[in-house]
Amino acid sequence: MAIVETRALTKRFAAADPPAVAGVDLATREGEFLVLLGPSGSGKTTVLRMIAGLEEPTSGEIWIGGRRVDGLSPRERRIAMVFQSYALYPHLTVRQNIAFPLKAQGVPRADHAARIASAAGKFQLDRLLDRKPRELSGGERQRVALARALVREPQVFLFDEPLSNLDAKLRASAREELQRFQDEIRTTAIYVTHDQIEAMALGDRVAIMDRGRVRQIGTPTEVYDDPADTFVATFLGSPPMNLLERDGRIIGFRPEHVRAAGGGTAEDSVVFRFRCELTEYLGSERLAFGELDGDWAGREVVWRMPSWQPAPEPGAQVAVAVARDRFRYFDAATGARTTPVSLG
Amino acid sequence: MIAPAAAYVALLVGLPVLMSLFLSVSDARVGSETISFAGLTNFRSALATPAFRVALRNSFLFTAASQALVVAGATLLALALREPFRGRGLLRLLVLLPWVAPISLGAIGWKWLLDSLYSVVTWVLVALSLVSASNPPMWLGEPRLAMLSVLLVHAWRTLPFATMILLAGLSAIPRDIPEAAAVDGSGFWRTHFTITLPMIRPILLVALLFGVVFTFTDMTAVYILTRGGPADATQVLPSLAFFTGILGGDLAQGAAISLFLFPLLLAAAVALLRLARRAEDAS
Repeated sequence: MAIVETRALTKRFAAADPPAVAGVDLATREGEFLVLLGPSGSGKTTVLRMIAGLEEPTSGEIWIGGRRVDGLSPRERRIAMVFQSYALYPHLTVRQNIAFPLKAQGVPRADHAARIASAAGKFQLDRLLDRKPRELSGGERQRVALARALVREPQVFLFDEPLSNLDAKLRASAREELQRFQDEIRTTAIYVTHDQIEAMALGDRVAIMDRGRVRQIGTPTEVYDDPADTFVATFLGSPPMNLLERDGRIIGFRPEHVRAAGGGTAEDSVVFRFRCELTEYLGSERLAFGELDGDWAGREVVWRMPSWQPAPEPGAQVAVAVARDRFRYFDAATGARTTPVSLG
Repeated sequence: MIAPAAAYVALLVGLPVLMSLFLSVSDARVGSETISFAGLTNFRSALATPAFRVALRNSFLFTAASQALVVAGATLLALALREPFRGRGLLRLLVLLPWVAPISLGAIGWKWLLDSLYSVVTWVLVALSLVSASNPPMWLGEPRLAMLSVLLVHAWRTLPFATMILLAGLSAIPRDIPEAAAVDGSGFWRTHFTITLPMIRPILLVALLFGVVFTFTDMTAVYILTRGGPADATQVLPSLAFFTGILGGDLAQGAAISLFLFPLLLAAAVALLRLARRAEDAS
């Protein structure tokens, strides 16, 4: 049974504007960590807020735990949410913050201490129970927010970009903590982010959204290796997939699948003539930006190689090859994935 | 650079205070040609006067009662006006009117609204059969009713200011805090009493302090509504000082009475400065 399901979920903020969310169908599996990934304005946060009950859908249905909830208030949905700013109550101590949901839901006083201790223990908050949020670091605040969510024993966890406010270094360790949390708790979770690295690292499945629609849902491998359209192909991957257009067709291949063509190229690769314009050294890898000559003259291509490989000289023309099974084909008009075409 | 400001404060504030200090320990009367030192006589004789004791009690009573009403009323009003709805702009303007209108105008309006013969309030109560037409309440003539009327007018006047301050405070609360409370399972009242109100407590205190100072020092409402009557029942310190010093001609006594306001106002000023300091440190 799907834990969270949305059917044709739509949200229109103003009648004249295009919908913020346009007919989204999602179904999470039990214990799954589903990531909603997309640029700002794609509607992912709006979907999350509708699932939480903080925003009313214009049309469509929301089901949680087999029960239709779109008319219900947040407190009746048995969910927990971690906000981008964590939304800790600033005038309450950590202990009181964690206790708040228990009080609000009428859990008997006698049970409070045990549940708080258990939630606090899971996140090593025991020493911090009497501190106020302003006395905590960013990482500690995240743990308090998680503990407060966990203590409710919800059916679903909802995360609204909780790592966005952290600096890069802290983000990596906070991400690890989230991963460990998920592995241990195994409650269904829906996680919203615009950061594809977070999405790929954390998600069991990723749903990529653009302008209110879900473009593709799949495992990280599926959406990366087999994108459903050019939007997904270029959104995932940094630098994005190379797209070459010709005769109404687009062929794509990822920068890391380009390699120097050795003597005697195999039948299953296509060779291009690549003129390097500039290179970027990034430490562990190198990016070469350039143009193709010959059949595909004028098309710009990015080549990604490990930094131990010798860099092409700027201005030099090099023969590069891409394996045929690495090509992806798209329709130039719609951007949608099509069947392979033969390449000259 | 600060010379103009310092001169302003010295002239408009310092000078009158020094004057009243000087007068209070003298035996000055309107029209008297000589002044001599009188020590603490004026203060002692003020304390001995029954009218003074009533005025002192009333000052505290009206202030406390009216501000208690204001805090409760302003909180409800601010919560109601926080969410957008049709006509909210107009309603906010109407709420603000008692404050922006000159107090004398407001008081005159109320004087007619509470008149013993022509009161609209009485008319409504008679229509609702809560009061008999042959024995209408003397809103400003019966001591207890007069006290109630005065403190209600005080509350009516300071409510808008407190409401606006609270509205500002409420809008400063980040949106996701009440949302987090909603997701945590908290209903409307619990959220407001345990989360929202504690968070705006500093601002609430500021509004309260302002209201206390404005009400405690106001003589206009009493002067216009009841002249301090009936029989000094609604007298307050500022109005008593006015009647004694200006209308009665006993400048020294009047100054002494008005100086009794000073301790409370000093305490209020210190409290406000402390709050401001704490807000500064926190940011």
